[in-house]
Amino acid sequence: MRPAGGSHAAQEASERVSGPDQIRSSDMRMTPSLPPALRISGVEKRYGNLLALDGISFDVAPGEFFGLLGPNGAGKTTLISALAGLVIPDAGTIEILGHDVQADYRAARRALGVVPQELVFDPFFTVREVLVMQSGYYGIRDNGPWIDEILHNLDLESKANANTRALSGGMKRRVMVAQALVHRPPVIVLDEPTAGVDVELRHALWQFIRRLNRDGHTIVLTTHYLEEAESLCTRIAMLKQGRLVALERTADLLSRHAAHTLRLKLSGGSLPASLAARAQASSSGEYCLSLTNLDEVETVLHALHAAGLKVADMELGKPELEEVFVELMRAP
Amino acid sequence: MTGFRTLLYKEVTRFWKVAFQTVAAPVLTALLYLLVFSHTLDRHVRVFPDVPYTAFLVPGLAMMSALQNAFANASSSLIQSKITGNIVFLLLPPLSHREFFAAYVLASVLRGALVGIGVLLVTLPLIDLRLVAPAWAFAFLLLGGAVLGTLGTIAGIWADKFDQLAAFQNFLIMPLTFLSGVFYSIHSLPDFWLKVSHLNPVFYMIDGFRYGFFGHSDVPPEQSLLVVSGFLLLLAWLTLAMLKSGYKLRH
Repeated sequence: MRPAGGSHAAQEASERVSGPDQIRSSDMRMTPSLPPALRISGVEKRYGNLLALDGISFDVAPGEFFGLLGPNGAGKTTLISALAGLVIPDAGTIEILGHDVQADYRAARRALGVVPQELVFDPFFTVREVLVMQSGYYGIRDNGPWIDEILHNLDLESKANANTRALSGGMKRRVMVAQALVHRPPVIVLDEPTAGVDVELRHALWQFIRRLNRDGHTIVLTTHYLEEAESLCTRIAMLKQGRLVALERTADLLSRHAAHTLRLKLSGGSLPASLAARAQASSSGEYCLSLTNLDEVETVLHALHAAGLKVADMELGKPELEEVFVELMRAP
Repeated sequence: MTGFRTLLYKEVTRFWKVAFQTVAAPVLTALLYLLVFSHTLDRHVRVFPDVPYTAFLVPGLAMMSALQNAFANASSSLIQSKITGNIVFLLLPPLSHREFFAAYVLASVLRGALVGIGVLLVTLPLIDLRLVAPAWAFAFLLLGGAVLGTLGTIAGIWADKFDQLAAFQNFLIMPLTFLSGVFYSIHSLPDFWLKVSHLNPVFYMIDGFRYGFFGHSDVPPEQSLLVVSGFLLLLAWLTLAMLKSGYKLRH
Protein backbone atom coordinates (compact mmCIF):
# COMPACT_ATOMS: atom_id res chain seq x y z
CA MET A 1 0.00 0.00 0.00
CA ARG A 2 1.70 3.12 -1.19
CA PRO A 3 0.18 6.55 -0.92
CA ALA A 4 -0.99 7.99 -4.22
CA GLY A 5 0.99 11.23 -4.21
CA GLY A 6 4.45 12.05 -2.94
CA SER A 7 5.13 8.35 -2.98
CA HIS A 8 8.76 8.71 -3.91
CA ALA A 9 9.49 10.76 -0.82
CA ALA A 10 7.36 8.51 1.24
CA GLN A 11 9.15 5.40 0.06
CA GLU A 12 12.45 6.90 0.98
CA ALA A 13 11.13 7.71 4.38
CA SER A 14 9.81 4.21 4.90
CA GLU A 15 13.10 2.60 3.96
CA ARG A 16 14.92 4.59 6.56
CA VAL A 17 12.63 3.51 9.31
CA SER A 18 12.30 0.10 10.82
CA GLY A 19 9.63 0.96 13.34
CA PRO A 20 7.67 3.98 14.43
CA ASP A 21 9.19 3.92 17.89
CA GLN A 22 12.57 4.77 16.55
CA ILE A 23 13.67 8.31 16.08
CA ARG A 24 14.34 9.24 12.52
CA SER A 25 17.16 11.69 12.43
CA SER A 26 17.10 11.76 8.65
CA ASP A 27 13.50 12.97 8.58
CA MET A 28 14.53 16.32 9.86
CA ARG A 29 16.99 16.94 7.03
CA MET A 30 14.69 17.37 4.13
CA THR A 31 15.79 17.25 0.55
CA PRO A 32 15.38 20.81 -0.75
CA SER A 33 13.30 19.70 -3.76
CA LEU A 34 10.86 17.90 -1.52
CA PRO A 35 7.97 19.91 -0.07
CA PRO A 36 7.03 19.20 3.54
CA ALA A 37 3.95 17.07 4.12
CA LEU A 38 2.50 20.02 6.00
CA ARG A 39 3.68 23.60 6.14
CA ILE A 40 1.75 25.82 8.50
CA SER A 41 2.86 29.47 8.47
CA GLY A 42 1.53 32.14 10.79
CA VAL A 43 -2.00 30.77 10.95
CA GLU A 44 -4.49 32.86 12.91
CA LYS A 45 -8.17 32.27 13.50
CA ARG A 46 -10.44 34.40 15.61
CA TYR A 47 -14.01 33.65 16.73
CA GLY A 48 -15.38 36.88 18.18
CA ASN A 49 -13.17 37.67 21.15
CA LEU A 50 -11.55 34.25 21.20
CA LEU A 51 -8.25 33.85 19.41
CA ALA A 52 -8.54 30.15 18.58
CA LEU A 53 -5.24 30.04 16.68
CA ASP A 54 -2.61 32.63 17.52
CA GLY A 55 0.11 32.59 14.87
CA ILE A 56 0.80 28.87 14.53
CA SER A 57 3.80 27.87 12.39
CA PHE A 58 5.44 24.49 11.95
CA ASP A 59 6.31 21.88 9.33
CA VAL A 60 5.71 18.16 9.28
CA ALA A 61 8.15 16.14 7.16
CA PRO A 62 6.99 13.43 4.77
CA GLY A 63 6.76 10.05 6.52
CA GLU A 64 6.57 11.47 10.04
CA PHE A 65 4.22 10.18 12.73
CA PHE A 66 3.33 13.50 14.31
CA GLY A 67 1.35 14.18 17.46
CA LEU A 68 -0.73 17.30 18.04
CA LEU A 69 -1.56 17.56 21.72
CA GLY A 70 -3.25 20.02 24.01
CA PRO A 71 -6.18 20.31 26.38
CA ASN A 72 -9.76 20.80 25.20
CA GLY A 73 -10.15 24.17 23.54
CA ALA A 74 -6.44 24.54 22.76
CA GLY A 75 -7.15 24.83 19.03
CA LYS A 76 -6.26 21.35 17.78
CA THR A 77 -9.51 20.73 15.93
CA THR A 78 -9.57 24.29 14.56
CA LEU A 79 -6.06 23.75 13.19
CA ILE A 80 -7.03 20.41 11.64
CA SER A 81 -10.16 21.98 10.17
CA ALA A 82 -7.98 24.69 8.65
CA LEU A 83 -5.75 22.02 7.06
CA ALA A 84 -8.84 20.40 5.60
CA GLY A 85 -10.30 23.66 4.29
CA LEU A 86 -13.28 23.43 6.67
CA VAL A 87 -12.08 26.53 8.47
CA ILE A 88 -10.72 29.53 6.60
CA PRO A 89 -7.88 31.18 8.59
CA ASP A 90 -7.91 34.96 9.12
CA ALA A 91 -4.17 35.09 8.43
CA GLY A 92 -1.36 32.79 7.40
CA THR A 93 -1.05 29.97 4.90
CA ILE A 94 -1.17 26.19 4.97
CA GLU A 95 0.37 23.92 2.37
CA ILE A 96 -0.06 20.19 1.98
CA LEU A 97 2.83 18.67 -0.01
CA GLY A 98 3.43 22.12 -1.46
CA HIS A 99 -0.21 22.81 -2.37
CA ASP A 100 -1.90 25.78 -0.74
CA VAL A 101 -5.16 24.62 0.86
CA GLN A 102 -7.03 27.68 -0.42
CA ALA A 103 -5.46 28.64 -3.76
CA ASP A 104 -4.73 25.07 -4.89
CA TYR A 105 -7.45 23.33 -2.92
CA ARG A 106 -8.03 20.50 -5.35
CA ALA A 107 -4.46 19.18 -5.21
CA ALA A 108 -4.24 19.88 -1.46
CA ARG A 109 -7.44 17.99 -0.67
CA ARG A 110 -6.41 15.06 -2.87
CA ALA A 111 -3.23 14.73 -0.81
CA LEU A 112 -5.07 14.78 2.51
CA GLY A 113 -7.22 12.23 4.32
CA VAL A 114 -9.00 13.44 7.45
CA VAL A 115 -10.84 11.41 10.08
CA PRO A 116 -13.04 14.01 11.81
CA GLN A 117 -13.51 13.87 15.55
CA GLU A 118 -17.30 13.82 15.60
CA LEU A 119 -18.98 10.52 14.82
CA VAL A 120 -20.99 11.19 11.65
CA PHE A 121 -22.53 8.95 9.00
CA ASP A 122 -25.01 9.03 6.14
CA PRO A 123 -28.04 6.92 7.11
CA PHE A 124 -29.17 6.45 3.51
CA PHE A 125 -26.37 4.14 2.40
CA THR A 126 -24.47 0.92 3.10
CA VAL A 127 -20.80 0.85 4.05
CA ARG A 128 -19.71 -0.16 0.56
CA GLU A 129 -21.93 2.44 -1.11
CA VAL A 130 -20.44 5.11 1.15
CA LEU A 131 -16.90 4.10 0.21
CA VAL A 132 -17.64 3.86 -3.53
CA MET A 133 -19.17 7.34 -3.45
CA GLN A 134 -16.39 8.79 -1.35
CA SER A 135 -13.93 7.48 -3.97
CA GLY A 136 -16.00 9.14 -6.68
CA TYR A 137 -15.82 12.53 -4.95
CA TYR A 138 -12.04 12.25 -5.27
CA GLY A 139 -12.43 11.44 -8.98
CA ILE A 140 -11.67 7.75 -8.55
CA ARG A 141 -13.77 5.14 -10.35
CA ASP A 142 -13.46 1.37 -10.06
CA ASN A 143 -11.85 1.55 -6.63
CA GLY A 144 -13.14 -1.92 -5.65
CA PRO A 145 -9.86 -3.70 -4.92
CA TRP A 146 -8.59 -0.91 -2.68
CA ILE A 147 -11.95 -0.64 -0.91
CA ASP A 148 -11.81 -4.40 -0.26
CA GLU A 149 -8.35 -4.02 1.20
CA ILE A 150 -9.42 -1.19 3.51
CA LEU A 151 -12.49 -3.16 4.62
CA HIS A 152 -10.28 -6.15 5.33
CA ASN A 153 -7.73 -4.16 7.30
CA LEU A 154 -10.36 -2.44 9.40
CA ASP A 155 -12.24 -5.70 9.93
CA LEU A 156 -15.32 -4.28 8.24
CA GLU A 157 -15.81 -7.01 5.60
CA SER A 158 -18.82 -8.53 7.34
CA LYS A 159 -20.48 -5.10 7.51
CA ALA A 160 -19.82 -4.08 3.89
CA ASN A 161 -23.47 -4.39 2.90
CA ALA A 162 -24.93 -3.20 6.18
CA ASN A 163 -26.57 0.21 6.37
CA THR A 164 -24.34 2.63 8.26
CA ARG A 165 -27.28 3.43 10.54
CA ALA A 166 -27.24 -0.15 11.87
CA LEU A 167 -23.59 -0.07 12.98
CA SER A 168 -22.26 0.30 16.51
CA GLY A 169 -20.26 3.39 17.46
CA GLY A 170 -16.93 1.60 17.03
CA MET A 171 -17.94 0.30 13.62
CA LYS A 172 -19.05 3.77 12.53
CA ARG A 173 -15.65 5.07 13.59
CA ARG A 174 -13.98 2.44 11.41
CA VAL A 175 -16.12 3.49 8.45
CA MET A 176 -14.93 7.07 8.97
CA VAL A 177 -11.32 5.89 8.92
CA ALA A 178 -12.07 3.94 5.74
CA GLN A 179 -13.66 7.04 4.16
CA ALA A 180 -10.52 9.04 4.86
CA LEU A 181 -8.37 6.44 3.10
CA VAL A 182 -10.30 5.74 -0.13
CA HIS A 183 -8.06 8.02 -2.19
CA ARG A 184 -4.80 6.73 -0.66
CA PRO A 185 -3.86 10.12 0.75
CA PRO A 186 -0.13 10.60 1.39
CA VAL A 187 -1.02 12.69 4.46
CA ILE A 188 -3.49 11.28 6.99
CA VAL A 189 -4.91 13.33 9.85
CA LEU A 190 -6.75 11.61 12.69
CA ASP A 191 -8.60 13.84 15.14
CA GLU A 192 -9.01 11.81 18.33
CA PRO A 193 -9.76 8.58 16.49
CA THR A 194 -9.81 6.48 19.65
CA ALA A 195 -12.11 8.65 21.78
CA GLY A 196 -14.76 6.34 23.21
CA VAL A 197 -13.44 3.32 21.33
CA ASP A 198 -12.91 -0.10 22.92
CA VAL A 199 -9.45 -1.54 23.53
CA GLU A 200 -9.66 -4.10 20.76
CA LEU A 201 -10.47 -1.58 18.05
CA ARG A 202 -7.89 0.85 19.40
CA HIS A 203 -5.29 -1.86 19.06
CA ALA A 204 -6.37 -2.87 15.55
CA LEU A 205 -6.57 0.74 14.45
CA TRP A 206 -3.06 1.57 15.62
CA GLN A 207 -1.69 -1.53 13.97
CA PHE A 208 -3.20 -0.44 10.67
CA ILE A 209 -2.12 3.19 11.02
CA ARG A 210 1.42 2.12 11.91
CA ARG A 211 1.51 0.00 8.81
CA LEU A 212 0.35 2.93 6.68
CA ASN A 213 3.09 5.02 8.27
CA ARG A 214 5.71 2.34 7.51
CA ASP A 215 4.46 2.33 3.93
CA GLY A 216 5.29 6.02 3.75
CA HIS A 217 2.08 7.85 4.71
CA THR A 218 2.57 10.89 6.91
CA ILE A 219 0.37 10.63 10.00
CA VAL A 220 -0.85 13.54 12.13
CA LEU A 221 -2.67 12.51 15.26
CA THR A 222 -4.49 14.25 18.07
CA THR A 223 -5.39 12.27 21.13
CA HIS A 224 -6.16 12.66 24.80
CA TYR A 225 -4.44 9.35 25.56
CA LEU A 226 -0.90 10.57 26.14
CA GLU A 227 0.54 7.09 26.33
CA GLU A 228 -0.71 6.56 22.76
CA ALA A 229 1.04 9.69 21.56
CA GLU A 230 4.19 8.72 23.45
CA SER A 231 4.43 5.28 21.91
CA LEU A 232 3.37 6.25 18.36
CA CYS A 233 4.56 9.76 17.60
CA THR A 234 8.15 10.55 16.73
CA ARG A 235 7.53 14.26 17.09
CA ILE A 236 5.04 16.25 19.08
CA ALA A 237 3.54 19.73 19.01
CA MET A 238 1.65 20.98 22.03
CA LEU A 239 -0.96 23.70 21.77
CA LYS A 240 -2.28 25.82 24.58
CA GLN A 241 -4.87 28.55 24.10
CA GLY A 242 -4.15 28.71 20.40
CA ARG A 243 -0.40 29.00 20.79
CA LEU A 244 2.36 26.48 20.15
CA VAL A 245 4.08 25.77 23.47
CA ALA A 246 6.24 22.82 22.42
CA LEU A 247 7.51 21.38 19.17
CA GLU A 248 10.07 18.66 19.65
CA ARG A 249 10.93 15.06 19.06
CA THR A 250 9.13 12.96 21.61
CA ALA A 251 12.37 11.63 23.07
CA ASP A 252 13.87 15.12 23.45
CA LEU A 253 10.70 16.42 25.00
CA LEU A 254 10.72 13.63 27.54
CA SER A 255 14.39 13.92 28.43
CA ARG A 256 14.26 17.68 28.73
CA HIS A 257 11.11 18.12 30.73
CA ALA A 258 10.56 14.84 32.54
CA ALA A 259 12.90 12.89 34.77
CA HIS A 260 13.48 9.25 35.56
CA THR A 261 12.25 8.43 39.05
CA LEU A 262 13.83 6.04 41.50
CA ARG A 263 11.63 4.53 44.19
CA LEU A 264 13.46 3.08 47.19
CA LYS A 265 12.47 1.11 50.23
CA LEU A 266 15.24 1.02 52.82
CA SER A 267 16.00 -1.14 55.80
CA GLY A 268 18.30 -0.14 58.63
CA GLY A 269 17.69 3.62 58.79
CA SER A 270 16.52 6.67 56.89
CA LEU A 271 17.86 8.42 53.83
CA PRO A 272 21.17 10.27 54.33
CA ALA A 273 20.98 14.09 54.33
CA SER A 274 22.82 14.35 50.99
CA LEU A 275 19.94 12.59 49.26
CA ALA A 276 17.04 13.63 51.45
CA ALA A 277 17.00 17.13 49.96
CA ARG A 278 15.94 15.83 46.52
CA ALA A 279 13.67 13.04 47.63
CA GLN A 280 10.03 12.83 48.53
CA ALA A 281 9.25 10.54 51.40
CA SER A 282 6.02 8.63 51.53
CA SER A 283 4.21 7.42 54.64
CA SER A 284 5.07 3.80 53.93
CA GLY A 285 8.78 4.49 54.36
CA GLU A 286 9.39 4.72 50.61
CA TYR A 287 11.41 7.45 48.98
CA CYS A 288 11.08 8.81 45.50
CA LEU A 289 14.07 10.54 43.87
CA SER A 290 14.13 12.39 40.54
CA LEU A 291 17.15 11.66 38.42
CA THR A 292 18.42 13.87 35.63
CA ASN A 293 20.12 10.87 34.04
CA LEU A 294 20.51 7.16 34.64
CA ASP A 295 24.18 7.40 35.77
CA GLU A 296 22.87 8.89 38.98
CA VAL A 297 21.50 5.51 40.04
CA GLU A 298 25.04 4.43 40.78
CA THR A 299 25.78 7.58 42.81
CA VAL A 300 22.66 7.06 44.88
CA LEU A 301 23.43 3.41 45.58
CA HIS A 302 26.97 4.34 46.51
CA ALA A 303 25.77 6.94 49.02
CA LEU A 304 23.35 4.43 50.55
CA HIS A 305 26.10 1.86 50.88
CA ALA A 306 28.42 4.40 52.51
CA ALA A 307 25.69 5.24 55.05
CA GLY A 308 25.35 1.55 55.90
CA LEU A 309 21.83 1.26 54.56
CA LYS A 310 20.30 -1.70 52.75
CA VAL A 311 17.87 -1.48 49.85
CA ALA A 312 14.80 -3.58 50.56
CA ASP A 313 13.09 -2.74 47.24
CA MET A 314 13.86 -0.55 44.26
CA GLU A 315 11.95 0.54 41.16
CA LEU A 316 13.11 2.70 38.27
CA GLY A 317 10.40 4.72 36.51
CA LYS A 318 10.68 6.06 32.96
CA PRO A 319 9.83 9.67 32.13
CA GLU A 320 6.24 10.03 30.94
CA LEU A 321 4.69 12.38 28.46
CA GLU A 322 1.91 13.06 30.92
CA GLU A 323 4.35 14.82 33.28
CA VAL A 324 5.64 16.97 30.41
CA PHE A 325 2.10 17.75 29.37
CA VAL A 326 1.04 18.77 32.87
CA GLU A 327 4.18 20.86 33.34
CA LEU A 328 3.79 22.71 30.04
CA MET A 329 0.10 23.32 30.51
CA ARG A 330 0.65 24.69 34.02
CA ALA A 331 3.36 27.10 32.93
CA PRO A 332 2.03 30.68 32.69
CA MET B 1 -16.47 15.16 -13.86
CA THR B 2 -16.38 11.97 -11.78
CA GLY B 3 -16.87 14.04 -8.64
CA PHE B 4 -19.93 15.78 -10.07
CA ARG B 5 -21.37 12.53 -11.44
CA THR B 6 -20.91 10.80 -8.09
CA LEU B 7 -22.58 13.59 -6.15
CA LEU B 8 -25.45 13.66 -8.65
CA TYR B 9 -25.79 9.88 -8.29
CA LYS B 10 -25.80 10.19 -4.52
CA GLU B 11 -28.44 12.92 -4.53
CA VAL B 12 -30.68 11.00 -6.93
CA THR B 13 -30.23 7.73 -5.01
CA ARG B 14 -31.01 9.54 -1.78
CA PHE B 15 -34.52 10.55 -2.85
CA TRP B 16 -35.11 7.42 -4.92
CA LYS B 17 -34.49 5.17 -1.90
CA VAL B 18 -37.43 6.88 -0.22
CA ALA B 19 -39.46 7.41 -3.42
CA PHE B 20 -42.69 6.58 -1.66
CA GLN B 21 -42.29 9.71 0.37
CA THR B 22 -40.50 11.88 -2.18
CA VAL B 23 -42.34 11.01 -5.41
CA ALA B 24 -45.46 8.94 -4.77
CA ALA B 25 -46.79 11.03 -1.86
CA PRO B 26 -46.75 14.38 -3.70
CA VAL B 27 -48.40 12.74 -6.72
CA LEU B 28 -51.21 11.50 -4.48
CA THR B 29 -51.60 14.93 -2.88
CA ALA B 30 -51.95 16.54 -6.31
CA LEU B 31 -54.51 13.93 -7.27
CA LEU B 32 -56.54 14.75 -4.16
CA TYR B 33 -56.49 18.47 -5.02
CA LEU B 34 -57.67 17.61 -8.47
CA LEU B 35 -60.55 15.43 -7.28
CA VAL B 36 -61.80 17.99 -4.77
CA PHE B 37 -61.46 21.07 -6.99
CA SER B 38 -62.82 19.45 -10.12
CA HIS B 39 -65.83 18.12 -8.23
CA THR B 40 -66.68 21.50 -6.74
CA LEU B 41 -65.67 23.84 -9.56
CA ASP B 42 -65.80 22.09 -12.90
CA ARG B 43 -69.40 23.12 -13.66
CA HIS B 44 -68.96 26.70 -12.44
CA VAL B 45 -65.59 27.87 -13.67
CA ARG B 46 -64.24 28.10 -17.16
CA VAL B 47 -60.93 29.86 -17.62
CA PHE B 48 -60.24 29.28 -21.32
CA PRO B 49 -63.35 29.09 -23.53
CA ASP B 50 -62.74 25.60 -24.96
CA VAL B 51 -60.99 24.02 -21.96
CA PRO B 52 -62.88 22.42 -19.05
CA TYR B 53 -61.72 23.57 -15.60
CA THR B 54 -60.33 20.14 -14.63
CA ALA B 55 -58.15 20.05 -17.74
CA PHE B 56 -57.03 23.63 -17.04
CA LEU B 57 -56.11 22.65 -13.50
CA VAL B 58 -53.99 19.56 -14.26
CA PRO B 59 -50.89 21.19 -15.83
CA GLY B 60 -50.83 23.81 -13.09
CA LEU B 61 -51.05 21.18 -10.36
CA ALA B 62 -48.36 19.08 -12.04
CA MET B 63 -46.06 22.09 -12.29
CA MET B 64 -46.76 23.27 -8.74
CA SER B 65 -45.94 19.80 -7.39
CA ALA B 66 -42.80 19.64 -9.52
CA LEU B 67 -41.61 23.02 -8.25
CA GLN B 68 -42.34 22.32 -4.57
CA ASN B 69 -40.51 19.01 -4.78
CA ALA B 70 -37.54 20.47 -6.60
CA PHE B 71 -37.23 22.93 -3.73
CA ALA B 72 -37.72 20.24 -1.10
CA ASN B 73 -35.06 17.97 -2.59
CA ALA B 74 -32.02 20.23 -2.38
CA SER B 75 -33.11 21.97 0.79
CA SER B 76 -33.92 18.88 2.85
CA SER B 77 -30.85 16.99 1.65
CA LEU B 78 -28.57 19.88 2.62
CA ILE B 79 -30.14 20.61 5.99
CA GLN B 80 -30.05 16.92 6.92
CA SER B 81 -26.39 16.67 5.95
CA LYS B 82 -25.62 19.82 7.91
CA ILE B 83 -27.48 18.81 11.04
CA THR B 84 -26.19 15.22 11.11
CA GLY B 85 -22.73 16.55 10.22
CA ASN B 86 -22.11 14.18 7.33
CA ILE B 87 -21.75 17.15 4.97
CA VAL B 88 -18.10 17.04 6.06
CA PHE B 89 -17.62 14.13 3.64
CA LEU B 90 -18.58 16.47 0.80
CA LEU B 91 -16.45 19.35 2.07
CA LEU B 92 -13.23 17.33 2.45
CA PRO B 93 -12.97 16.08 -1.17
CA PRO B 94 -11.79 18.28 -4.06
CA LEU B 95 -15.32 19.02 -5.36
CA SER B 96 -15.56 22.49 -6.87
CA HIS B 97 -18.39 24.87 -6.04
CA ARG B 98 -19.69 24.41 -9.59
CA GLU B 99 -19.82 20.62 -9.28
CA PHE B 100 -21.56 20.94 -5.92
CA PHE B 101 -24.13 23.37 -7.32
CA ALA B 102 -24.79 21.44 -10.53
CA ALA B 103 -25.27 18.12 -8.73
CA TYR B 104 -27.76 19.46 -6.17
CA VAL B 105 -29.74 21.43 -8.73
CA LEU B 106 -29.88 18.65 -11.33
CA ALA B 107 -31.03 16.08 -8.77
CA SER B 108 -33.76 18.55 -7.75
CA VAL B 109 -34.80 19.06 -11.38
CA LEU B 110 -35.03 15.30 -11.79
CA ARG B 111 -37.18 14.80 -8.71
CA GLY B 112 -39.40 17.72 -9.70
CA ALA B 113 -39.80 16.34 -13.23
CA LEU B 114 -40.62 12.84 -11.92
CA VAL B 115 -43.31 14.25 -9.64
CA GLY B 116 -44.70 16.53 -12.38
CA ILE B 117 -44.82 13.73 -14.95
CA GLY B 118 -46.26 11.41 -12.29
CA VAL B 119 -49.15 13.82 -11.70
CA LEU B 120 -49.84 14.01 -15.45
CA LEU B 121 -49.76 10.21 -15.77
CA VAL B 122 -52.18 9.47 -12.94
CA THR B 123 -54.64 12.06 -14.23
CA LEU B 124 -54.57 10.69 -17.80
CA PRO B 125 -57.54 8.36 -17.22
CA LEU B 126 -59.59 11.20 -15.72
CA ILE B 127 -59.24 13.96 -18.27
CA ASP B 128 -58.65 14.54 -21.93
CA LEU B 129 -55.37 16.42 -22.02
CA ARG B 130 -53.56 17.30 -25.22
CA LEU B 131 -49.97 18.42 -25.43
CA VAL B 132 -50.01 21.10 -28.13
CA ALA B 133 -46.43 22.31 -27.76
CA PRO B 134 -44.48 19.69 -25.80
CA ALA B 135 -41.11 21.46 -26.18
CA TRP B 136 -42.45 24.52 -24.34
CA ALA B 137 -43.89 22.38 -21.55
CA PHE B 138 -40.66 20.46 -21.19
CA ALA B 139 -38.52 23.60 -21.20
CA PHE B 140 -40.58 25.17 -18.41
CA LEU B 141 -40.58 21.94 -16.39
CA LEU B 142 -36.78 21.84 -16.46
CA LEU B 143 -36.17 25.57 -16.00
CA GLY B 144 -38.77 25.90 -13.25
CA GLY B 145 -37.29 22.88 -11.48
CA ALA B 146 -33.83 24.42 -11.77
CA VAL B 147 -35.01 27.75 -10.27
CA LEU B 148 -36.65 26.02 -7.31
CA GLY B 149 -33.75 23.57 -6.94
CA THR B 150 -31.44 26.59 -6.75
CA LEU B 151 -33.70 28.27 -4.19
CA GLY B 152 -33.67 24.98 -2.25
CA THR B 153 -29.88 24.97 -2.33
CA ILE B 154 -29.80 28.54 -1.00
CA ALA B 155 -32.31 27.71 1.75
CA GLY B 156 -30.45 24.52 2.70
CA ILE B 157 -27.15 26.36 3.00
CA TRP B 158 -28.66 29.32 4.83
CA ALA B 159 -30.84 27.49 7.37
CA ASP B 160 -29.18 26.30 10.57
CA LYS B 161 -32.27 24.58 11.92
CA PHE B 162 -35.25 22.72 10.53
CA ASP B 163 -37.66 25.44 11.61
CA GLN B 164 -35.73 28.10 9.69
CA LEU B 165 -36.05 25.92 6.62
CA ALA B 166 -39.75 25.37 7.35
CA ALA B 167 -40.19 29.16 7.58
CA PHE B 168 -38.53 29.61 4.18
CA GLN B 169 -40.77 26.92 2.73
CA ASN B 170 -44.05 27.98 4.33
CA PHE B 171 -43.71 31.77 4.12
CA LEU B 172 -41.99 32.09 0.76
CA ILE B 173 -42.23 29.00 -1.42
CA MET B 174 -45.81 28.00 -0.60
CA PRO B 175 -47.36 31.46 -1.20
CA LEU B 176 -45.32 31.91 -4.40
CA THR B 177 -46.49 28.58 -5.80
CA PHE B 178 -50.11 28.79 -4.60
CA LEU B 179 -50.62 32.35 -5.80
CA SER B 180 -49.16 31.77 -9.22
CA GLY B 181 -52.32 31.07 -11.17
CA VAL B 182 -52.40 27.31 -10.64
CA PHE B 183 -56.09 27.37 -9.70
CA TYR B 184 -57.21 30.39 -11.73
CA SER B 185 -56.24 32.67 -14.55
CA ILE B 186 -54.68 35.82 -13.15
CA HIS B 187 -56.90 37.82 -15.55
CA SER B 188 -59.78 36.96 -13.24
CA LEU B 189 -58.05 38.96 -10.48
CA PRO B 190 -58.63 42.64 -9.58
CA ASP B 191 -56.17 44.99 -11.25
CA PHE B 192 -53.89 45.36 -8.21
CA TRP B 193 -53.48 41.60 -7.67
CA LEU B 194 -52.98 41.10 -11.38
CA LYS B 195 -49.99 43.44 -11.20
CA VAL B 196 -48.69 41.72 -8.07
CA SER B 197 -48.97 38.34 -9.79
CA HIS B 198 -46.72 39.62 -12.56
CA LEU B 199 -43.97 40.04 -9.98
CA ASN B 200 -44.15 36.38 -9.02
CA PRO B 201 -41.60 34.36 -11.02
CA VAL B 202 -43.55 31.15 -10.38
CA PHE B 203 -46.50 32.61 -12.32
CA TYR B 204 -44.37 32.62 -15.50
CA MET B 205 -43.33 28.99 -14.93
CA ILE B 206 -46.94 27.82 -14.55
CA ASP B 207 -48.19 29.97 -17.38
CA GLY B 208 -45.44 28.86 -19.76
CA PHE B 209 -45.92 25.21 -18.83
CA ARG B 210 -49.67 25.50 -19.44
CA TYR B 211 -49.03 27.06 -22.86
CA GLY B 212 -47.41 23.75 -23.84
CA PHE B 213 -50.76 22.02 -23.29
CA PHE B 214 -53.37 24.48 -24.56
CA GLY B 215 -51.46 26.80 -26.84
CA HIS B 216 -52.79 29.78 -24.92
CA SER B 217 -51.54 31.56 -21.88
CA ASP B 218 -51.84 34.79 -19.91
CA VAL B 219 -48.55 36.17 -21.25
CA PRO B 220 -46.62 35.09 -24.38
CA PRO B 221 -44.40 32.03 -23.64
CA GLU B 222 -41.33 33.82 -25.00
CA GLN B 223 -41.72 36.46 -22.32
CA SER B 224 -42.15 33.81 -19.63
CA LEU B 225 -39.06 31.97 -20.87
CA LEU B 226 -37.05 35.17 -20.65
CA VAL B 227 -38.22 35.94 -17.12
CA VAL B 228 -37.64 32.40 -15.85
CA SER B 229 -34.20 32.13 -17.48
CA GLY B 230 -33.18 35.54 -16.13
CA PHE B 231 -34.30 34.55 -12.67
CA LEU B 232 -32.39 31.26 -12.90
CA LEU B 233 -29.20 33.04 -13.94
CA LEU B 234 -29.49 35.52 -11.09
CA LEU B 235 -30.09 32.84 -8.45
CA ALA B 236 -27.38 30.57 -9.89
CA TRP B 237 -24.89 33.42 -9.70
CA LEU B 238 -25.87 34.09 -6.08
CA THR B 239 -25.65 30.41 -5.11
CA LEU B 240 -22.28 29.94 -6.79
CA ALA B 241 -20.95 32.99 -4.95
CA MET B 242 -22.25 31.58 -1.65
CA LEU B 243 -20.67 28.19 -2.30
CA LYS B 244 -17.40 29.67 -3.47
CA SER B 245 -17.04 31.83 -0.38
CA GLY B 246 -17.92 28.88 1.85
CA TYR B 247 -20.88 30.79 3.34
CA LYS B 248 -22.24 28.81 6.33
CA LEU B 249 -20.34 25.71 5.20
CA ARG B 250 -16.69 26.61 5.72
CA HIS B 251 -16.15 28.81 8.74
